[in-house]
Amino acid sequence: MMIIGCPKEVFKGENRVALTPESAKQLQKLGYTCLLETGAGINANFSDKDYKNAKVKVVKDASELWKQSDIILKVRGPEKSELSKVKLNHHIISFIWPNQNKSLLEALKKKKVTVQAMDMIPRISRAQKMDALSSMANIAGYRAIIEAGNQFGRFFTGQITAAGKVPPAKILVIGAGVAGLAAIGTAQSMGAIIRAFDVRPEVAEQIESMGAEFLMLDFESDGTGEGGYAKPASKEFIKKEMELFRKQAPEIDIVITTALIPGMPAPKLWPKEMVELMKPGSVIVDLAAEQGGNCEVTVPNKIIETKNKVKVIGFTDLPSRMATQSSSLYSTNVRHMIDDLTPKKDGIPFTNMEDDVIRGATVLHGGKITFPPPKPKIVAIAKHETNKIKEKSSEEIAQDEIKAEKKAGKLQFLLLVVGALLTWFIGYYAPSDFMQHFIVFILSCFVGYQVIWNVSHSLHTPLMAVTNAISSIIIIGALLQMRTENDIVSILALISIFIATINIVGGFMVTKRMLSMFQRS
Amino acid sequence: MTIGLLTASYITSSVLFILALGGLSNQEKAKRAVWYGIVGMAIAVFATIYGNQVFFTEWLNWLIAAILVGSMIGAIVAKKVQMTGMPQLVAALHSFVGLAAVFIGINSAMLPHSDMNSTQYMIHNVEVFIGVFIGAITFTGSIVAFGKLSELITGKALILPGRHLLNLIMLFSCLALGYMFLNNEGNWTLIVMTLIAFVIGAHLVLAIGGADMPVVVSMLNSYSGWAAAATGFMLGNDLLIVTGALVGSSGAILSYIMCKAMNRKFLSVILGGWGDVTGPTMDIEGEMKPIDIESVAAALNDANKIIIVPGYGMAVAQAQSTVSELTSRLRAKNKEVRFGIHPVAGRLPGHMNVLLAEAKVPYDIVLEMEEINDDFPDTDVVMILGANDIVNPAAQEDPNSPIAGMPVLEVWKAKQVFISKRGQGKGYSGIENPLFFRENSRMVYGDAKKSLDTILQSIN
Repeated sequence: MMIIGCPKEVFKGENRVALTPESAKQLQKLGYTCLLETGAGINANFSDKDYKNAKVKVVKDASELWKQSDIILKVRGPEKSELSKVKLNHHIISFIWPNQNKSLLEALKKKKVTVQAMDMIPRISRAQKMDALSSMANIAGYRAIIEAGNQFGRFFTGQITAAGKVPPAKILVIGAGVAGLAAIGTAQSMGAIIRAFDVRPEVAEQIESMGAEFLMLDFESDGTGEGGYAKPASKEFIKKEMELFRKQAPEIDIVITTALIPGMPAPKLWPKEMVELMKPGSVIVDLAAEQGGNCEVTVPNKIIETKNKVKVIGFTDLPSRMATQSSSLYSTNVRHMIDDLTPKKDGIPFTNMEDDVIRGATVLHGGKITFPPPKPKIVAIAKHETNKIKEKSSEEIAQDEIKAEKKAGKLQFLLLVVGALLTWFIGYYAPSDFMQHFIVFILSCFVGYQVIWNVSHSLHTPLMAVTNAISSIIIIGALLQMRTENDIVSILALISIFIATINIVGGFMVTKRMLSMFQRS
Repeated sequence: MTIGLLTASYITSSVLFILALGGLSNQEKAKRAVWYGIVGMAIAVFATIYGNQVFFTEWLNWLIAAILVGSMIGAIVAKKVQMTGMPQLVAALHSFVGLAAVFIGINSAMLPHSDMNSTQYMIHNVEVFIGVFIGAITFTGSIVAFGKLSELITGKALILPGRHLLNLIMLFSCLALGYMFLNNEGNWTLIVMTLIAFVIGAHLVLAIGGADMPVVVSMLNSYSGWAAAATGFMLGNDLLIVTGALVGSSGAILSYIMCKAMNRKFLSVILGGWGDVTGPTMDIEGEMKPIDIESVAAALNDANKIIIVPGYGMAVAQAQSTVSELTSRLRAKNKEVRFGIHPVAGRLPGHMNVLLAEAKVPYDIVLEMEEINDDFPDTDVVMILGANDIVNPAAQEDPNSPIAGMPVLEVWKAKQVFISKRGQGKGYSGIENPLFFRENSRMVYGDAKKSLDTILQSIN
């Protein structure tokens, strides 16, 4: 049975914590013992007492915690000051950003540490419950709107008051990933008018489902890259995009930019000239500030005001600003990760490198750097279908209909010929009284055909019951056979009458019963 | 009663029967239409009894007893049967028509026909033979269908090795026996043929899986009609011919509708087993995500447009009245609640409509597949109650799926889909359903009625 420890985050201004009392309870069910550095949860409003109630042992300082624990849960990757505390064969689960932090990987490699990076979880449905990036992006999107509202001098919702008319705020969201969609949802519920843009055409539906207007770019290109993220766009595309933004900029009150391309600096989608086109009092929230910003004038971690009175918010710690919420989501993601790492629920983690999700997240294992991971075995997100089947024009449809009509006509003609020949054949051999019955039969078939097609779909069960009842008309045959000397015939006829009567009475009554149930509202 | 009067009565009956069927075109007319059928039947029976002076039979007491007891049994069954048990009842009643046709045919063969010339006698014997053959198949086929529907025997298809060959051999033996019968080899040939036809009927239906039961029941419905028509030819009775033809074409059309709703060929259904599968089916990615009942209730409380898609599972769980209560409560909150009914949902054509009607769900919010399929993208919540294959997106997306091309309810286009299901099992066709793995799908495991009861508590 191993010990899971959660130290206090050392990065300045980081309020989140990787273990909550709730997640600790779940981890204990998996057979682990949980440790916490005193005060680790205090910034996220989880007191030591809360943890103690959840049977978490609280230790005095970080060194003690690192020493006693086998598995370390963190939000941010180990800082330089923490590296000395890392033991041989430690197991660390946190955000790592291995692409940007090669030296950290090298340092941890020396200690043969196993590391699962929460930012490397592959984007497949099975791994959604561990997708900490999405959890954090969701919070960031929400908070971006709140921060914008805080700096924006007007209502979001349009109102007509006794003191005059207030126009609704117009918000442009660039990049409709998780953060973008969360921002749209939040702004929508506050009553703003939202427009959204994304290079991936297939997210249009998602944007519209959240109640925003999708700004269509008239361009034959698909910006969907691997794993459902965006990929860099071509020059002509960017030109068109800029034209579109130039049109929007003077109208828009708030811009939320969330465009990120994995492993690359953030694309500069909102250059200086756009900022200058905006009205005074407008607000820009740049969620990509940490990766260099989508807006040219963004200063990370600061709110600046441009000469034309546009405020640009470059906070990089939006999730941390909502530490209680983000800690509980993050700790749940981590808990799910550990759940998958502990298939036997015996309190011993097993890094199964055959498992796509675990393989993807594991960046260090067995003294080797295992980053970048090979491509997942299964394609995560269905490839976007680019060559759509050409829709038929109305003329083509009409032509098809004529063709089908002709075909049906030919078939009907053929059937009539065959039917007529068959009838002649029968008529040639059969006596006339048979033919008279035959006429009745054929006509009845046609009548039945016409009548039944008109029967309402919902009445098909009553139809079966009533046809069943009237098919018991066969009772007439049995009645006609009753007057005979032959006892066997009489007995068989009697049985037939008996069961046919059951059928008649049962069939009609059950039909009546069913029909009486149908009622209009 | 003169022959003229008798014929007049028969004409009246025929017209009344046609009106009875035609009246089923809408719910309000239908209530009157049943009376046409009842009156038509009464006229036909009394005219026959008086016109042929049947009451002079030595067995009069027995005859009266048979009619009285038969009526009583029929009445009791009709009163007692639960709406979920309709498929079984209909199948059982079909078997009666089949058996009656067999008896009447054999009787007719046993009676002397001195008044006929040789051609007439020959034709009469052909009619007897065909009537008995169809009647026998209807009889055992219906009994097996009854057993399958009431779960007395397994719903799985029984696939004997070389079953097509077996059917062919039996069919040819019947033809051979028929040839002998026509050449006056004796009535034993008719009896042996009846026995073989009994086996054919049972074997045919045994080879058909539970999901295809709506087709089987409508097919047997059709057969019972043709059996009656054949009997009519045999006895030279036009009323029997008219009625039999009406019923026969009715059942045939229902079978056609059912087959079309499953995108299957009639023959492939009747001969059992799925059609040819051309390649490996698509792999399904993702996982089934369960959800607790409180969240479902919350989602329903938040939703404006709700569509409920019932399947056979609703009938099994007897959940229709709870569904109705839920519907009325949601409607009371000004939500738009509608039902989407697939033509083959349940085990009988129109089965779901009857169950919902029984539970007092107004019929104008119960819509057919074509009427509602375009509305799913605007729908907030779709609640699926024990339906599987009829909401399977593989039918549209995977050309190698055994149900490829079958029209289905496009529930996955809704914003959120809840699927009430007993366990993680597959549908009757045994096909995985990618719907359950979709992003917007959530599984509600457990008995549909219990789940709905719990949801009801949170919606007031």
